[in-house]
Amino acid sequence: MSNVQSLRCKECGRDYPQEPIYVCDFCFGPLEVNYDYDAIAKSMSRESIQDGPLTIWRYDDLLPASRDSAVDIGAGMTPLLKADNLGKELGLNNLWIKNDAANPTHSFKDRVVSVAATKAVEFDFDTIACASTGNLAGATAAHGAKAGMNTMVFIPADLERGKVLGAAIFGSVVLVNGNYDDVNRLCSELGDDRRWAFVNINMRPYYSEGSKSIGYELAEQLGWHAPEHIIVPVASGSLFTKVYKGLNEFAELGIIDNANTKMHIAQPFGCSPVAKAFVEEQAHPKPVIPDTIAKSLAIGSPADGYYTVGIANKTGGSGTIVPESKIAEGMKLLAETEGIFTETAGGVVISTLRRLAREGVIGPDEETVALITGTGLKTLEAIEDSVSTKTIDATVRSFDEIVMGRGVK
Amino acid sequence: MPLRRVRFTFQTELIQRPVIYDLGMKFEIVTNIRRADVGQETGWVVLELEGAVEEIERGLEWVAAQGVEVSSLEGDILAG
Repeated sequence: MSNVQSLRCKECGRDYPQEPIYVCDFCFGPLEVNYDYDAIAKSMSRESIQDGPLTIWRYDDLLPASRDSAVDIGAGMTPLLKADNLGKELGLNNLWIKNDAANPTHSFKDRVVSVAATKAVEFDFDTIACASTGNLAGATAAHGAKAGMNTMVFIPADLERGKVLGAAIFGSVVLVNGNYDDVNRLCSELGDDRRWAFVNINMRPYYSEGSKSIGYELAEQLGWHAPEHIIVPVASGSLFTKVYKGLNEFAELGIIDNANTKMHIAQPFGCSPVAKAFVEEQAHPKPVIPDTIAKSLAIGSPADGYYTVGIANKTGGSGTIVPESKIAEGMKLLAETEGIFTETAGGVVISTLRRLAREGVIGPDEETVALITGTGLKTLEAIEDSVSTKTIDATVRSFDEIVMGRGVK
Repeated sequence: MPLRRVRFTFQTELIQRPVIYDLGMKFEIVTNIRRADVGQETGWVVLELEGAVEEIERGLEWVAAQGVEVSSLEGDILAG
């Protein structure tokens, strides 16, 4: 049973019925799902959660749809791993990695799309759509397939082959000739006049709620408490705001004692409007044209940037701009210490973590979680210059010479 | 008439210029401010534009050429 009362404008507080809409007619503020928390408090407990499925749908009291009708390919309940090796390297004794690359299509986008697809079916749409540079494409295509819907996934024509095929295997992918702005504009126009469920346009209030499940899982996996620090890679800022919202909902409901987590923004130099706004003490990020190897963070005009800066400030968090040259370094460090191959966004997170530890923003014993949002297998080109291999002939002599560095006796 | 929802972000040197007034005067566009926050150093305005599609495009190009950051209200649609 859904506990949703309305959609509510985050700015002026006007209420709207549950429909595929995303912006307030009056002030043009973003709409957010508004729940009946009194009802939730009566039905939700640690025990009721633990009795649920091992997916995001174990938290369906706090999601805008019921697990009974969920379009579910198993998103969520990804591993939270104690990162002792990386911690030792950085001087952190209480470091955890939330590995969302373990989701069905290898990124956290499965969480949001599972919710969006479920609502799309509920609203009786026959087509689900998105515009993506990678992770969202795969997640939307896969959930569209599971839901038996028509799927329209728009991606720039020059996107890496692996990403194109990784989404195309599930169904229809449309390659758009044009740059980043062209694809954005096309999809904005298509979203205006087609009756499609565009996951990050008219489904956005519901879609973004899926990210709260990371906050819930962190609290549950840490033994029912919130960590002291979370480092979040920021693109639109939606993930950042929803992890915060998730932890705070748990605290409000008494499922955890409090949510005093410091929320840290991680962005790459080539697209850092939110981190820059934080550093420069501006409330509103200034739009930029993205130019970064961290494609999954390449959002120059972040819809939730303002809210993200506000939360980072409110919680005593921080904003870090990671040099492009340090992204692959972060990826390599995580791989070599913890055996986790992250995407470029994860490299941004690990490099941010290193900086925060070095500068004493995170103390050695403070409980810290770094969010790894996707797998490195989709962004192999990013580490081509950072890893080396050796090729030998199929002889022991060649092995000894080249690999072991021993000359011929 | 087609409607378009946009956000203008102004830097310090543009705060005192009547860019939105000029937009309405130079082009056949009706401007309707819905939300705004303008300080001494920077400011933003969320507004609705009504006019022919090509006229709005030309108007927004002119606004951007004045140095105002023009972005869609939804932010970027293309996500990672």
